[in-house]
Amino acid sequence: MMEAPAAAYGVEDDGDMEAEEAGRDMEAWERAYADDRSWEALVEDETGLLQAQDKVQQQRQHRRRVQASSGLHIQRGIIRYLYLIIDLSRAAAEMDFRPSRLAVVANCVEAFIREFFDQNPLSHLGIITIRNGIASRLTDLSGSPEAHIKVLRGNLECAGDASIQNALDLSRSFLCQVPTYGHREVMLIFSALGTCDPGDVLESVRNCKEENIRCSVVGVAAEIYICKLLCEKTGGIYSVAMNEAHLKELVLEHVAPPPALAEAAVASLVKMGFPQRGAEGTIALCACHREVKIGGGYTCPRCKARVCELPTECFICGLTLVSSPHLARSYHHLFPVPVFEEVPLDAKFSGIQELSKVCYGCQQLLPLAGSKVTGVRLVCPRCNKHFCFDCDVYIHESLHNCPGCESFCEPQT
Amino acid sequence: MDILNNIESSVGNKHLLLYIMWDLADDVSLVIVVVDVNPYFWVEKANASTGTSDIDFEQFLQHVLAFMNAILLLNHMNYLAVIATGSDSCSFLYESLAGESVSDGEGKPPSKRMNKHHTPSAKIVRGLKDFVSKELAFKTERKDNGKRYSLLSGSLSMALCYVQRILRQDPPHPHPRILCFQGSPDASQQYIAVMNAIFSAQRLMVPIDSCMVGSQHSAFLQQAAHITGGIYMKPPHPEGLFEYLMMVFATDLHSRRFLQLPRPTGVDFRASCFCHKKTIDTGFVCSVCLSIFCKHHKECSTCGASFSQNKSSFVTGQKRKLSTN
Repeated sequence: MMEAPAAAYGVEDDGDMEAEEAGRDMEAWERAYADDRSWEALVEDETGLLQAQDKVQQQRQHRRRVQASSGLHIQRGIIRYLYLIIDLSRAAAEMDFRPSRLAVVANCVEAFIREFFDQNPLSHLGIITIRNGIASRLTDLSGSPEAHIKVLRGNLECAGDASIQNALDLSRSFLCQVPTYGHREVMLIFSALGTCDPGDVLESVRNCKEENIRCSVVGVAAEIYICKLLCEKTGGIYSVAMNEAHLKELVLEHVAPPPALAEAAVASLVKMGFPQRGAEGTIALCACHREVKIGGGYTCPRCKARVCELPTECFICGLTLVSSPHLARSYHHLFPVPVFEEVPLDAKFSGIQELSKVCYGCQQLLPLAGSKVTGVRLVCPRCNKHFCFDCDVYIHESLHNCPGCESFCEPQT
Repeated sequence: MDILNNIESSVGNKHLLLYIMWDLADDVSLVIVVVDVNPYFWVEKANASTGTSDIDFEQFLQHVLAFMNAILLLNHMNYLAVIATGSDSCSFLYESLAGESVSDGEGKPPSKRMNKHHTPSAKIVRGLKDFVSKELAFKTERKDNGKRYSLLSGSLSMALCYVQRILRQDPPHPHPRILCFQGSPDASQQYIAVMNAIFSAQRLMVPIDSCMVGSQHSAFLQQAAHITGGIYMKPPHPEGLFEYLMMVFATDLHSRRFLQLPRPTGVDFRASCFCHKKTIDTGFVCSVCLSIFCKHHKECSTCGASFSQNKSSFVTGQKRKLSTN
């Protein structure tokens, strides 16, 4: 592998050899950099943009990451009650992230809240902040993303120390009251490097475990023992961000509903109402804002009170009000698309006589043995249709339908 | 035109000019037309048709082909893709992008060289013939399995994959939209898949328009139009289909804002229960798999979870505090 570049850049020949010899003496990070020679994997395309040469390797890597995270059929906690704890101690004001940790965290949280309700429309979320060693609740558990974001944006000052114990105790006191079928979760975004507690924080961790509250922490600064212990004991995930982009990635990892433990929540039938949208032009008092509204709105089928938005709980009788699309939005977590397999380009694929030329989804040319198109070729194990890498990503991350399986009738069972 | 000449002389680069023009043009569309060619539906329609106000498949195709040509003529940068939905398979019939990329490099206007066999209509009709003969082969191979609905979820998924491919290209890309011609009734088996496609379209900001050519409304496509911001229309006089298409569906997304288009009627968001397929106002939802039931059961028939009899879980545990103001 070293021969070709050495011949091409004769001047660097000596330097490379030296580096190779010195490899054993170098520190780990230097060595990785010298061996990797990542600049050689870049080529310029006809428009002058830099492109990674080894597209196939990159795509395989991406798929490996995705496959590792997507397990097989596991039960997931769809109805979640989550308290988001945001550390607003003085450590959050530090400027190692630009413009400051606080601003970066606030943006991540905003994206998280929107995405959370998009993917978990039947779930509830509340916000708790820690400032001056005291935990205080910003918003009640509720289903409206805009309300949370608005309150959070108005409460972004940081001061004093952080206290994990206070935050845990406060969230536990609220999460105790949620219905038994709900999955209780706490997610902590922690900037400080220590916790300043009034009592034994380990006692709080034990209490959380007893109450089946799953605690996850995203660290902004560095790994801390107490956070690690908390996540380990309660079955959550602990991760520490390396930079701004990584932080966002880590926070958004918590959007998908986590695998559910059988004992975490009792299966039960929840009574729900499916209200109809009111006709345009009717005038009614809405129960949520106590204002006269013209047109729109939904009527609770049990007590006939008017609410403005779904999903919500009826403000008069407490019935959970949803619409059928809200339920449908969660179904893809329960019926995932099978993971596609890679097809070797040279071998004839069994079952199909010849490899199809184009991707079944987007009609883009697929790589064939000896063709110019690079990349991986993937096959759905259920319908044997071939797809390109981009469609694979789109199908599994956003569409949640296999176009091949959907466009062939299955033999009826 | 002066402005363009000035730009061209100052830029001197044809590619760059194209980019600039594209940036100025907010009305370049990619229209993906999904046509329901389910033979069961069209035969039934032909048998049932009584008056002169109904159209058969041939007339329907004439209207739609004229409409598709109109879309290609409205703006020379418009793209068109046609997907056929059958009862056994779905397939792309035509994509205007495929032929163009070859001839574009030479700078020759492709429309000049077009003879009778290379017009979009001819290609679409040829594609349709291939598709129908393939469907027929499926039918004889598998026998009639009593399935009469068309595979809307499959063609919507394919359309969205195609949109995704166009959106992956370099930034000045056309504004995509999907137009469904649907006649067959909704199939409840496809509910989840169709909803997945609708939500994905919503995230890509692709409106799903629909034009119903059958006698009944489609709850799926009504929801699709409502959620993605598209137009749902069932022409009251199908013999004038082309007029409806030109007036309602031909305008690009930018110009739509200035038009008075058919207002959405009430969309029924009520769910139907899994046990009797009845539409219900209030029901019970399994907390594990979100199946909907009209009565209280001891066990979920979908996921097998057994429900405890304790009634306290029906009442929401959270006590709502009355605020004082």
